[in-house]
Order: sequence, then C-alpha cells, then structure tokens
Amino acid sequence: MFQSLTFRGGVHPPGSKEITANKEIEALHPRGDLVYPMSQHIGAPCVSLVKKGDKVLSGQKIADSEAFVSAPVLSSVSGTVKDIGMRMTIPGSFEPCVIVENDGLFKCGSALSPHEDFHLLEPKECVKIIREAGIVGMGGATFPTHVKLSPPPGKNIRWVIVNGVECEPFLNCDNRLMLERPEPILGGLEICLRLFPEAEGVIAIEANKPEAIERMQKENFGRELPPSGKSIRIMPHEVKYPQGAEKMLIYTVTGREIPPGTLPADVGCLVLNVQTLFHIWMAVIEGIPVMERIVSVTGDAVAKPGNFLVPLGISVRELIDAAGGFTEEPAKLLSGGPMMGLSMRSLDVPVTKGTSGILALTARSAPQLEESNCIRCARCVDACPMGLVPSSLDRAARLRDYVEFEAMGGMNCIECGSCTYRCPARRYLTQTCRNGKAGVTVARKRAEEVKKTAERTGETK
Amino acid sequence: MSRLLVVASSPHIRSEMDTARIMSWVLIALAPAGLAGVFFLGARSILVAAVCVISCVVVEAVWQKLSKQKITVSDLSAAVTGLLLAYNVPPTIPLWMVVCGSAFAMIIVKHFFGGLGQNIVNPALAGRVMMLICWPVAMTTWTLHGVSGPTPLALLKGVDGISGATALPSLMDVLIGNTGGCIGEISALALLLGGGVLFFKGIISWRIPVTYIATVAAMSAVFGRSGGPLFEIMTGGLMLGAIFMATDYTTSPMTPKGQFIFAFGCGLLTALIRTFGGYPEGVSYSILIMNTIVPIIDRMTAPRIFGEFREAKKYGSK
Repeated sequence: MFQSLTFRGGVHPPGSKEITANKEIEALHPRGDLVYPMSQHIGAPCVSLVKKGDKVLSGQKIADSEAFVSAPVLSSVSGTVKDIGMRMTIPGSFEPCVIVENDGLFKCGSALSPHEDFHLLEPKECVKIIREAGIVGMGGATFPTHVKLSPPPGKNIRWVIVNGVECEPFLNCDNRLMLERPEPILGGLEICLRLFPEAEGVIAIEANKPEAIERMQKENFGRELPPSGKSIRIMPHEVKYPQGAEKMLIYTVTGREIPPGTLPADVGCLVLNVQTLFHIWMAVIEGIPVMERIVSVTGDAVAKPGNFLVPLGISVRELIDAAGGFTEEPAKLLSGGPMMGLSMRSLDVPVTKGTSGILALTARSAPQLEESNCIRCARCVDACPMGLVPSSLDRAARLRDYVEFEAMGGMNCIECGSCTYRCPARRYLTQTCRNGKAGVTVARKRAEEVKKTAERTGETK
Repeated sequence: MSRLLVVASSPHIRSEMDTARIMSWVLIALAPAGLAGVFFLGARSILVAAVCVISCVVVEAVWQKLSKQKITVSDLSAAVTGLLLAYNVPPTIPLWMVVCGSAFAMIIVKHFFGGLGQNIVNPALAGRVMMLICWPVAMTTWTLHGVSGPTPLALLKGVDGISGATALPSLMDVLIGNTGGCIGEISALALLLGGGVLFFKGIISWRIPVTYIATVAAMSAVFGRSGGPLFEIMTGGLMLGAIFMATDYTTSPMTPKGQFIFAFGCGLLTALIRTFGGYPEGVSYSILIMNTIVPIIDRMTAPRIFGEFREAKKYGSK
C-alpha cells in the first residue's frame, strides 16, 4: 500500500465517528416549505429568476448570476413560489431567499440532458453542464466547481485529488457515500480526468475508514485506464486532523507546498470532494443537477443519529425530527463538524449545498470555557499545520497590532482550530486569529483608499 | 427547546489537558524525588516542603486579593513553584527563610511581571538564588544521616577543607540519592522516573532535558573533570534543573529549534561554572541566564510557515 507523507502539526481529537458510521443513508422527504438562499457558494450571490406565485419544477433553475465565480440555485421540489424575501440562514444572518411550497409531486424540470457517452463531450460543454447543475465544493467550502475546472491557461494540472478524508470528527456523509455509491465517485473522477488528460487521479481516504478504502479499491480494480495511462490510486492517509484541509492534503499526496497567496492549480493540483464528484457524475451522465445532499445528523444530544439524503432547502428542524429529536437540551447546534463548523442559533434555517452535518452537542462535549493566562506551553505551535505561532498571533490580534500580525504570517491561518483545541489555558486562539485577519483586511483596504485619495488630489493640483 | 443555543466561534471541542491538570502531573512527577529526599535526608524535608508550598499559595492568593485580581491558585502553578523551591533548599534551612524565599518568588519574580506565563525567569530558581545570596551558610549546610558534610560537587571542587580526606561517593550512591544536597536534587533515579512520567504524559518533550544533560556530560569530558561525565550528570541540581526547571513552559523557548539552543546554552554555562567558576554548582545560574534570552531565541527560531521557502521553489510542469 502506498505510504503517504505526513504534514507537520495537527491534532487527534476523538473521532466520534462510530455514532453514525454504520447508519445507511436514508432518504428524507420534505414536509414543510423549502427555502433557497441566493448565496450557497463562495462568490457573487444569485438573483432570483422566478416571481411570487410562479410554478416551479424540481431541477429547475430558480436563481443565477452573471458573474463567473458563482453557481445557480435549483429547486429541489416541484410546487409554487410562495415568497421571495429575507429568511434566516445557517450563519444566523438574514439573507434573500426563494421560498417554494412543495406540491409533493416532484415533477422533473431539469434543463440538463443525460450524456451516457461523456467521452464525446467537448471539455467546454462538460464544464458548462457542471456550472448549470449548480455544483460547488460539497465538502463545505462551497467554491464553484466549474471555476476550479477552468484553471487559467498555462497551469498544468498533474493531479486530480479526490478528498474522501473527512477528518472532521462526527461526520460520516463522505464515508457513507464511498461505501454505498463508489461507482459514481470513480465515474465523476473519470470525467474530470478527461478534462485534464495529463493528470493522475488520486483518491485520499483517512485510514480510520478501512471499509471505504476496501470498497473503493474493489470498485477501482480492472477499470479502464484514464487518458494519462496511470491507473487511479486509492491512497490511505494517516488519521490526523486537519488531513482533509486542501493544503495539507496536496502536501501529503504530492509533497508540494502551496506558497502563500497561490492556488492549488499553481502546484498542478485540483482537489474535489467525493460528493462533488458524485454530483458531477449525476449532472453529466444522468442530467440531474444538485438538488440534494447527504447530511450526517449526529451529536450526543441527538436521539437517533443517522445519515440522511435530503433535498436542499429543507429545514434543519425536519432533520432533527427525522433523527428522533433531542435526548436532552443541546448547548450548541452546529452546521458541519466540531472543529470548523458554524454554530447556529435556530433550527428554522434551510440546509444548503455546504451543509455536511448537523451536530447537536451537550454542554459536556462542547463546553464554554473561561480563558486564563497563556503559559507558553507551545502546544499551539506544535499543533499548527501552517507553521505559525498562534500564541503570538493571539497577542498581536488582541493588541490590534495588525502590522505585527501580518509580519508573523497571520494571514496564512487556515482557521482549522487545532491550536484552540489543544490550548490548556483555554484561550480562543482561532477566534482572535480570525479577528486579526479581518483587521489586516480592513487596514489594507484603508491604506489603498488613502493611496487612491492621495493620487486623486495629486492629479487635481 | 427552552434554553437558548450558544453561538460561538469554532472549534467547539477541547482537549482534556488544561493548566491545572498539567500542574497536577508535574506535582505527581515530582513526588519520587521528594520521597527520596525524605528517605535520605530526614523527615524535616516534609516540613520544609509543606511550608514552601503553603506559603507560595497563600502569598499568591493574598497578592491577587490585594491587587484586586482574580485569585488563580486553583491552577496549582503556585504549588508547583513552592515544591520546586523546597526541592532547591537543604532540609535544615530555617523555616522563616523559606517563607521569605517563597514570597520573593511569587511577588517579585512572578506577579510583578504579570503573573502566570508572564515572568521572565523561573520563580523557584530566582527564589533559591535570592536565598543563596542572603543566607549563604544556611543554604549550603548539608547533612546526610544526621552528619554534616560536603556535597559531591563541593568535594570535586575542593571547596571543603576536609575534601582531601573524604572520598567521592560512589556512582551508585549518587544515582539513588545517598548523598548530601538539597531536598529534591539528590536522587537522579527518582528525578529520571518523574521525567519519564512527564514525557509519557506529553507534558514535556525530550528536547530540553536530553540536550541539557548531554551537553553537560560532553563538556565535562572536554574540560577533563575528574569525576567523569556520568558522575557529573547525576550530581548537583542537574537532573532536577534539566527535567523540571529548564522545561518550565513560561521561561523556555516555544519552538523546537529554540529549545535545542536554549538547552545547549544551559549545559555549556553549567559546565563552565562548575569547572572555572567560583561555585561548585552552576545549574541555577545557567538556567536563569538562559531564561533572560528566551524572547530573542523565540524570535530568531520562528518556525517556517507552510509553503514559504527561503528561495522561491519552482514547481515545474514536469
């Protein structure tokens, strides 16, 4: 078996994967209205294409944007547009949404057509289908996939890396997908490898998912070779958080480090989540756009944790109901895993493309701890996968010394949370680092404005 | 749901190890050395240790109360300082002196600089050095089994008038601690055991103790000390200093490279003081001197940021 490199730093939080690892994916039908936020991706928000009272079909595009870095939103049910207005979303803010009343008929209205023989498709056409299907990074980053698949000319993609690491504790949606639907993942990878004929395909899976590794290997055995002539490699990875972070993953697969301020394409890599590939396959082969996703509903406050295939736009409350409700009052409700997930303030928010998990944690497992003095134990330095000194960044950020913060490389922080996880003084290092990064961004903008004003006044003189 | 949900910045889970737990493990790891001290040097060691710990904790609490700060003695750091100070004094020391030493360590060395994590030098060591300067006789009167005599290193130095007539203790004696000295420093074996506990619990890394001890051994051989490297590393406060004092988080570098530099500096200074200095012992001074340059070591040995190379690395297309 191929032995991968290991990255510097990282932590070993308890996996807590056993709770839902063996729960088969269960399809969930929506009961209430479906809410589609206009911004379910990184990039320009979409604008609604429908009006109140319009009839929509499932798979119909209901919002889109002219911008390149954006992805359309599609209805996951058929029914009537009930309202277009502000609704609370997962981060707790109110955002423009399209609300659809479900008629329960699921009448299909996808504009995409199936392409059984994807070999015949022009690369441009293929990328267009992926865009029209609304595919974004389904691992949670939600970066539009068609943008990733269109690297600027001159970038030679040598690796297409499939991220099946799922290093966040508790989550199992990627694991279950690899176990239950391995063939569309490999099929999706083949489609991508057609786009980059020189690239080698690598599927990275953390070693704590031996069944998924075995399943993928079995499925991969004897497949037709991709254009590069190199067979797709299934690569088990060391169990260590944040192994699934793009920079760490590229390093452990290729030995290449992404220099600050550059993109994976600059080191010849493209990283896609397993669910993203699944959707690429669905869109190209079957003509089905992104209308649903797999969500792990778990945590120690959930009665019957499980993995659910849910239509996008469904209320989180329906997911919690499907998981049997709460056994006790949760202290925190998270979207995503416990290391990088967002804490929510309400159950009445819709599931979006980036919702990989809904976690309900009790105060015991997600305690709010009081900060104490830094004892300089250097656990944060050991834990930081980016080679930063979080305790010093913490101090600079608190003093609002953004010049020092930037000089110490604070902008490289990937906010993985490893430092905070290990800090014995219980300091909120990741949070202050976020503040520091925001501070630097504001300071940069301000400096630019000052420069512009100076130039303008210089001209008028 | 009746209660409001907590909204906070990620991560939402924390490791088990907190400051108080780390300090408890240090206290546990210090226990074998203390027991050896009580066994070889007498029951008064217990009294001295108790006075040290209690006075450190009380002084910290009173100081924080008077200066209107949150009282943080429950993090056990004051107890650790107290025990380390006790380990650095002879068991015959008058108790009022250790109370003064504790107060100096807590107020002047620790809290004047901002409390836990902010002090520049190790409070217990600074307390010990203050006592050594103020009460040199009381601090260097050593007894073993009720008979006063010199420490092994003093013998080696020939400080004592009778040194010519007294033979050096055997390696076995200095290993188990059957020799004169401070309460916690005599048994190399017990200290190594404690060091093992800290290492396996992930409290300290091997870098500082191993580098420190190895440097002293190598330098002793280079300087041609008559006791030999093994004798050198098992006597005096070296084991106690290398395992428990030089590894103090607050006053040692945070980066791996920095820790090597720091420990090498400690080892070099210790060997120099022992060989060429006026004292038979040099661990306390070496660590204190190196403590003061930790900020600069940290700054110079900052880890390499992921993806940043000294020379721009070109990832060619092939």
